[in-house]
Amino acid sequence: MAAVAHGHHDAHGHDDHGHHEESFVSKYIFSQDHKMIGKQFLMTAVFMGIVAMLLSVLFRIQLAWPGESSDFLSFFLGEKWAPGGVLKEDMYLGLVTIHGTIMVFFLLTGGLSGTFSNILIPLQLGARDMASGFLNMLSYWFFLVSSIIMLCSMFVETGPAMAGWTIYPPLSALPQAVSGSGLGTTLWLFSMTIFIAGSLLGSLNYIVTVFNLRTIGMKMTRMPLTIWAFFITAILGVLSFPVLLSACLLLVMDRLAGTSFYLSDIIVGGEMLTNHGGSPILFQHLFWFLGHPEVYIVLLPALGLSSEIISINSRKPIFGYRAMIGSMLAIGFLSFIVWAHHMFITGMNPFLGSVFVFTTLLIAIPSAVKVFNYITTLWKGSIIFTPAMMFAIGLVSTFITGGVTGIILADAALDISIHDTMFVVAHFHVVMGLSAVFGMFAGVYHWFPKMYGKMMNLKLGYIHFWLTLVSGYGVFFPMHFVGLSGAPRRYYDYSVYGEFDTNAFNIIMDLQIIITIFAIIGALAQLVFLFNFFYSIYRGPKAPQNPWKANTLEWTTPVEHIHGNWPGELPTVHRWPYDYSKPGAEEDFISQIVPLAEGEEEH
Amino acid sequence: MGSKLIALIVIVLGVIAIAQLVRVYELSSKLRNRGEHEVSTGDNNLNAKLMLAFMVFFFGGFIWLMLTYGWSGRGDAASVHGHGLDWLLNVNYVIIIAVFFLTNFLLFFFSWKYVRKAGVKALYFSHDNKLEMIWTVVPACVLAVIIILGLKQWNEATSAAVTDSTRIELFSKQFDWTARYSGLDNKLGKFDYKLTTDNNELALMTSETIDSAIFNMENGVTGIKAIASKLNDKNIMLVPEDREKMVSDLSRKQQLIRLLYQMKARHNKNVDASAWDDIIQKDTLYLCLNKEYEFNFRSKDVIHSAYFPHFRAQMNTVPGLTTRFKFIPDITSVEMRKKMNNEKFNFVLMCNKICGNAHYKMKMIIVVLSPTEFKSWMKTKQKQSFKDIYFAAAAEPVVAGADSLALTAEAVIK
Repeated sequence: MAAVAHGHHDAHGHDDHGHHEESFVSKYIFSQDHKMIGKQFLMTAVFMGIVAMLLSVLFRIQLAWPGESSDFLSFFLGEKWAPGGVLKEDMYLGLVTIHGTIMVFFLLTGGLSGTFSNILIPLQLGARDMASGFLNMLSYWFFLVSSIIMLCSMFVETGPAMAGWTIYPPLSALPQAVSGSGLGTTLWLFSMTIFIAGSLLGSLNYIVTVFNLRTIGMKMTRMPLTIWAFFITAILGVLSFPVLLSACLLLVMDRLAGTSFYLSDIIVGGEMLTNHGGSPILFQHLFWFLGHPEVYIVLLPALGLSSEIISINSRKPIFGYRAMIGSMLAIGFLSFIVWAHHMFITGMNPFLGSVFVFTTLLIAIPSAVKVFNYITTLWKGSIIFTPAMMFAIGLVSTFITGGVTGIILADAALDISIHDTMFVVAHFHVVMGLSAVFGMFAGVYHWFPKMYGKMMNLKLGYIHFWLTLVSGYGVFFPMHFVGLSGAPRRYYDYSVYGEFDTNAFNIIMDLQIIITIFAIIGALAQLVFLFNFFYSIYRGPKAPQNPWKANTLEWTTPVEHIHGNWPGELPTVHRWPYDYSKPGAEEDFISQIVPLAEGEEEH
Repeated sequence: MGSKLIALIVIVLGVIAIAQLVRVYELSSKLRNRGEHEVSTGDNNLNAKLMLAFMVFFFGGFIWLMLTYGWSGRGDAASVHGHGLDWLLNVNYVIIIAVFFLTNFLLFFFSWKYVRKAGVKALYFSHDNKLEMIWTVVPACVLAVIIILGLKQWNEATSAAVTDSTRIELFSKQFDWTARYSGLDNKLGKFDYKLTTDNNELALMTSETIDSAIFNMENGVTGIKAIASKLNDKNIMLVPEDREKMVSDLSRKQQLIRLLYQMKARHNKNVDASAWDDIIQKDTLYLCLNKEYEFNFRSKDVIHSAYFPHFRAQMNTVPGLTTRFKFIPDITSVEMRKKMNNEKFNFVLMCNKICGNAHYKMKMIIVVLSPTEFKSWMKTKQKQSFKDIYFAAAAEPVVAGADSLALTAEAVIK
């Protein structure tokens, strides 16, 4: 019904929206307006991101100075989890697990795609709102509830989930094996179940909106790349998240109902279990069937945002628009048939491994196309370094740097000796962590005027970018060398190397200190962003309607938010969104709503 | 407390200071009639230069890290297939480092070169089929080479071990490793986790161990009879939770005992010998130079991963499943110490899959000996086969089974 109400031809319907006084509750809390929901996602994600970053600083301190007392640790963790200021082993695993979970799911899935899909899909398509405002609201509330449960799980007596963010059973299924696998993991599973439900509601809504609510003239091939990215992301989410849900449900049954999906022949804590015939590897297959598309669920929105931003600020059309769409579709498709590259050494049949080597390395081709297209977009441009542009360039750099190490890991033969080492941690933090976070920052700086009607401070943006870029690489670049020295991930204390290889010990301990110092600088740099963000919301200078001189439809709406987005009729689209510096035009941009001039060719 | 208060004050003052600076900056921008959406030429050029400066710093940092920390802190490979893998790693490195330098250079160089200049308009250049074809086909060709080379090594590393390779089982549990040599017949004895008792930690299957497991399960300190009699004893009052626990314990053990009886009925005595001659070895794993080993991995509780960084070998150990990996050590520990220039160096087997709080401590030292040294070490173990050890322990009074949960003295209130 909503689709009809917000349809293209309804020229009179929108007037009702304007006159309708909204109460505080319906405007700010249970809002069904996509712009407000997007901002709610952003605020929640920012908070979750701060928490997850703090957790990483806590365990980085332990890794750099193992066993040394720290006031910082005892301040946050108290006597129970950091007696005498020294982190407890259990809590170390808990911190690592929750850091990963929050970053991957709550910041980069919920936060990134939730925020920008919500804000940009209707605005860039020329729609009054999402297809279903109510489902959209629900998707945020599911997200919020799951965030709260995840945060609560850190405060239970036996600690949060401790089996790593991948929560492989049997470790995660047996409270006798690690204390966090008790109530902590129950809450983790509960939270993720709700999260998945919310994510599905959101994704379905995005897909329906893209299919049905494009304004007149907005052909699929005239959609900005941001929308393409969100659209493909939503499809990936719909197809893969339910598999994680089923994996989690089977785990819940193993934990609570005594089934043996993942358990077989186990003696733990002196207790001989009767479970027989299950396979822990089944969980890994199910988990990574989501887990790998998840990487692209995180990354594609960031790539979409940066495509738009790089094009605008180079004052040039994005190079190879169709190739960009094609490579995103190819990446999306391939992401479903590569999952077992996370499992080369689980005991899976080596032949199966070979197949996954092949499909995985294929992904490098569309990725390379994207990188070269970005670089060609910069070539002979007229670049304006807004903070958003700089983060987008940073994204391309980290996407390259993290992408090339993926080639090593995708090669099963090479993976044998670096699987699960810090090299892997470095790889995915650069390619997925830094890239997606840079994409998110780029998006926030770029669309802040649209979200809040104010401008963020440029100078603080520059400081934030340079500190973040330098410290981001400062953390994860040396980490590759830690991994190449053979250091396994999720070790509480790498000084165990002193017992058998003092050379490696020296390398690892040196680098750990460098990494931690950069991590602390990086964390402090985010304070600059937080200050700029919140200060600008309240005190920032008022934004002009189209501050970046961009072509897309969101910049044709008034600065003041109104329900229904456009006063009067919905805009009609006449051209693709990348007509920047088109020869023969007066200005260096032509909005999508400007009809083609006589004799003008569409790109 | 004092230091925290000071820190708090500093933070608050810092925020206020930044806020004031921002206000001054904003007022000055307003005076110059410039909004926050307009990047001044000065800022723009400065950032363009910083892009180039960052690239230099970035590349310099990478080169410094490579020179200081080397390709790999693990040293040269110590196994036959490991050399092939190291060669492959180097080939891949050359390719990816070239790509890394080239693309990052173009990115930052273009960012600097094509910064906005007065009077220069950007080039309207929306696509070029030829260019796009080039950067689709060239990566595809390079990847084809990478895939072919990679799969060749992968197939070699994971192919079945030769039939006369030496079998060793590596048994993992929270948080240590136990090795089991297959003995003179080079056959690992059968096992079943239900046979685990204190003097049969690896749960090897022989007629005697089955009988002993059954006996333990029925008559041990925490056996079925003991639990049943305590549950039925009217003179013992139990806390409800304890009673519940004991009841579920009892039903679990009754289920297990039925399975043990089935196992006993099906058991073929002829396989006993292959278990009796196995040699169980803790703490240190001794290997013989240039001999092919096929490792069989087992886990008692959760997933672990047997990671041999120096031999370029790794395989997960999965409860309920036997996994395998083979390699041939081709340098002795003594030689490797010389090569690494480190007197205290040792090969190691580490756990590389998160397995609980002491995950990081779970390791086993590996010593590779020359054939003669290995032979003389083996001689010292000849009188320590599973049979010798098992019956020596059996001569002592029977102790509780591995399943020693529940029924502690505190649980019982008279």
